[in-house]
This record gives sequence, C-alpha cells and structure tokens, in this order.
Amino acid sequence: MMINESLLLLRYEGIIVFMIFVLFVLNLTDFDKKPSRFLNVVNAMLFINFIAGFLPMPEGSAFQGFFRSSGIIALEKNVLNLGILLISLSGYNWVAKSRKAVEYYILLLSSLLGLFVMLSSGHILVLYLGLELSSLPMAALAALNTNSQKSSEAGVKYILSSAFSTGVTLFGISLLYGAVGDLSFQSISQHLQPNALSLMACIFMLSGFAFKVSVVPFHFWTADVYEGAPTSVSNFYAVISKGAGIFVLMTVLYSLFKNITEIWLYTISILAALSMTIGNLFALRQNNFKRFLAFSSIAQVGFVLVGITSASKVGIDSVIYFVIIYLLSNVVLFSVIEAISDKTGKEKISDLKGLYKTNPLFSIVMTIALFSLAGVPPTAGFFGKFFLLTSGMGAGSYILIGITAINLVLSLYNYLRIVKAFFIDKEEAEMPLVKGNWQTSLVLLACGCGILVLTFAGGLYHFIDTLNF
Amino acid sequence: MEQVPLAHMLILSTILFFIGIYGFFTRRNMITMLMSTELILNSVNINFVAFNRYLYPHQLEGIFFTLFIIAVAASEVSLAVAIIINIYRKFKTIDIEETDTMKY
Repeated sequence: MMINESLLLLRYEGIIVFMIFVLFVLNLTDFDKKPSRFLNVVNAMLFINFIAGFLPMPEGSAFQGFFRSSGIIALEKNVLNLGILLISLSGYNWVAKSRKAVEYYILLLSSLLGLFVMLSSGHILVLYLGLELSSLPMAALAALNTNSQKSSEAGVKYILSSAFSTGVTLFGISLLYGAVGDLSFQSISQHLQPNALSLMACIFMLSGFAFKVSVVPFHFWTADVYEGAPTSVSNFYAVISKGAGIFVLMTVLYSLFKNITEIWLYTISILAALSMTIGNLFALRQNNFKRFLAFSSIAQVGFVLVGITSASKVGIDSVIYFVIIYLLSNVVLFSVIEAISDKTGKEKISDLKGLYKTNPLFSIVMTIALFSLAGVPPTAGFFGKFFLLTSGMGAGSYILIGITAINLVLSLYNYLRIVKAFFIDKEEAEMPLVKGNWQTSLVLLACGCGILVLTFAGGLYHFIDTLNF
Repeated sequence: MEQVPLAHMLILSTILFFIGIYGFFTRRNMITMLMSTELILNSVNINFVAFNRYLYPHQLEGIFFTLFIIAVAASEVSLAVAIIINIYRKFKTIDIEETDTMKY
C-alpha cells in the first residue's frame, strides 16, 4: 500500500523515465533512421504525456518527505509538459535534418526530468540533484550542433557559468547546513533564525537560482547562449528552463526562507528593478532577433520578481498565471523565427522588415504574441501583468511599482519596434513566402488562440487560486 | 590531544572558495577555469564535513551530501571537457577571449 502511493506521487517522473527508455530501445532497433516516422512517434508520446498529466493526482509526500506533490506542483508540471510538446512540434524540421534526433530527445527529456525533480523536492539534496540533472543536459543541448562554432561556444559558456553558479549555491547550502543542522525543507523553514550565517546562506543560494532564471547581475550568459544554441534549444531555455526556474525560486523563497521574508524582500525588489531596466535598455539596441528575445526574457523575469515580492498566495497565483501566458507568447516568437531561419537563414530584425507583405499570417500571429508580451489589453498578457502588479502592490513598495510602470512603457516601445518593422517599414531584401509545415502551423494556431482565449477566460486564475501550495 | 577549532576549518574553506572565484574571473584558459570551479566545490565539501563533525556528529547528513557533490562534479567535468574538446576542434584554441564570435 505504501509503495503504491509513493509510486503514484512519482507518476510524472515515471512517464518521462519510461519515454527515455523507449527512446533508447528505438535507437537500438534502428527505428530512428527514418526521421519523419520517428518524430511522429515521439510527438505522439509527448502528447499522451501531456494528456495523462490531467488525470487526478494525489497530494502528499513520499520517501520521508524527500519528495512531495501538491495541486500547484501538478499544475506546474502540466504547464511544462505543454511547453515541451509545443517545442518538440515546432522544432520538427530542424531535428529531422540534424540527424541527432535520439540524442536531442534524450537530453531534452532528461533535463525535463531534472526540472520535475526540482519542483517536487522536499529536501535540499534532491533540489541540488534536480538542478544538476536539468542543467548538464542543457549544456549538451546547446552544444548539440557540433559543426557550428557558435553552438560550441554557447555550450561552453553555459557549462562554465553553470558550474560556477552551482558552486556558489552549494556554498550557501553548506552554510545553511551549519546554521540549521538538517536539510529537509520542513525543518529549515521551522528552525531558521534571522542571523548573519543564515543571511549569507540565503544570499549565496539566491545567486545560484538567479543565474538559472537569468536575473540581472547573473545574466551575462543569456544572450550568447540564446544566439548560439539551435533555435529549438533556445526555445527550451527561454520557456521551460526559465519557467521551472521561476517556480523553484518561488518555492525556495516562500517555504525555505519563510522566516526571513522581510530580508529577502529587499534583495528581490532590487534585483527586479535592475532586471527590468537593464533587460529593456539592452533589448533596444539588438538587431539579432534571438538576442532581442534573450533580453526581453530578462526583462520579463524582472516583472515576475515584482509579483514574487508580495510573499503571499496571491503572488504564487499571479506568477503561475503569468508564466503560462509568457510560455505561449514566447513559443510563438521562437517557432516563427525558427521556420524563417530554417528556410532562409535570416535571424535579424532588419530582415523582418515588410514581413506583412510577404508572410501575412506569420506577422499577424507574431504581432499578437508581441502585444501579449508587452501587456496590451486585447491579449492575455495584459491580465498577466495586471495580476503581477496587483500582487506587488500588496507588499506596499510603491517605488518598485513606479519603476515597473516606467519599464512597461519601455518594453512596449521595444515590442512595437518589431511590429513597426513588420507593417510600416519598407522591405530591404527579398523575403520569400515561408510555408511552415503543419506542425508549426498547429503550434502557432494553438498558442495564438490560447493567448486570445485566456483574455476572456477568467476561470483559469480562479482555478489556480483553489489549488494547495 | 588538542582539537583543531571549527573556525580554522571555516577560514580554510572560505579562503579556498575565494581563490576559486578569483581564478574563475582572472584565468582565460577554459581548463583552468574549470579547475577553479573544482576549488569552489572542494571548499563546500570542507564546510560540510567540518559542520557535520563539529556541530552535528550524531547524523551523517553532511558527509552524504559531500559524496553526492563529488559524484556530480565528476560528471560535470567530463561533460565540460567534452565540450571544450569540440571548441578546440573548431577554434584551434581554448582561450575564452579568442572564442568570441558573438558580440553585443
């Protein structure tokens, strides 16, 4: 009976591990030699995985509290499952051509497994193992295109900065161990005292997680890795890794460092202000579209941190709601740029001038996604930003809200610059009509509809509000 | 026999930690940067073992954590070296300043 219950709690992880095994077997049987057949099977598996995520899930903890699951955690895993399905579909062409389909999917799923373990961890050892299990395959993914200089460079930049930041996090964890003497989440949240040792521990640990979600003083790897890595992998970095990183950062702040909330509140507020401002200012001068998206994602993390400062259930709800919308919008932008660069090799913003004349559908879907990221009312992004700001107001730091308002204007300018390039600017070079395959069209349709429907479906936010943390 | 006090252990590990950080930021050779991160991880190991031995000797949690860190660090290094070998094939150098095809 006991064993059965623990296995049910491990359901999401179990399915992922099973899929990795299936991939190994398919590799042995030469099934992957014909890419289209293989990719259809993998996409079908990911789709089943996504659907299976909605089956009812028990709450509780297993292995003496090392592993736990709750309504919010199950929802977060469902969001990540959706993201991985969309990314896999939109990367169809590139994976088929790369002839590394099995390696790509094994690394992708291992990384996802690490993120799932991190999300459900109830002990710092499990958190650390999940962190490493997610970041090591990600470095290998960035360097997957071994023939390209940029890809190798992205891989080495990620692995070196990741190793460094993990070291710093671990130093913080060791200090935390010295302060408390036990590393399970429950006893840390009960016994942590606001003294110098635990403050040092908090700062060191935060810097490691801030690296993972590329908050400003730790963002230097972001732009290079996004530009150098294959577009499908950059999509994974921007959507899945960042989304899960935000969820984990929230869990760590809200449950581990519950006793010293008033202290990390200042740190997070300053990081939020820096992140938004620097992300938006640097995004102004980018011409490569992937670099632009990197800085825009840094700015978006700043907005998320504003929501986190509320330190209440409202903060959790608004952050999860925002991440869902952020996921849909970013997947659209990366998918379109992937389809275009796959066909023509163009990734620059200046190449996208006059896109409306040549590729009207692409430009309209991208405009919806850009408006959603900027937070313009007819799209769901407006409510995402609105809830984040409302929960930030709850903390009462009005200076931070003022800085956020200024940054909203800056980011609007940034995103409208791209929209202007589509519709108003004269095209410089001939851009052929790019026809995406049906997988890309499906992703764009699903995400575009999702962004528009979520505007009018207020039920999602209430649903998140009913779940247990 | 007189024991070495805990503070000495912590001073040693802190010095090691900052030597690692200094090395990571000043060295330009990727292998040396990797070695610097190993110094950081070893300072963490010293911290864990010292805290466990002096403050919480009735449980072995810190020592177990150290074992995990050593194992994960080994896999991390092997992956990093594989990527660095690929860098060497593409660039004919492993100097971090000469492998900069992407600029602001």
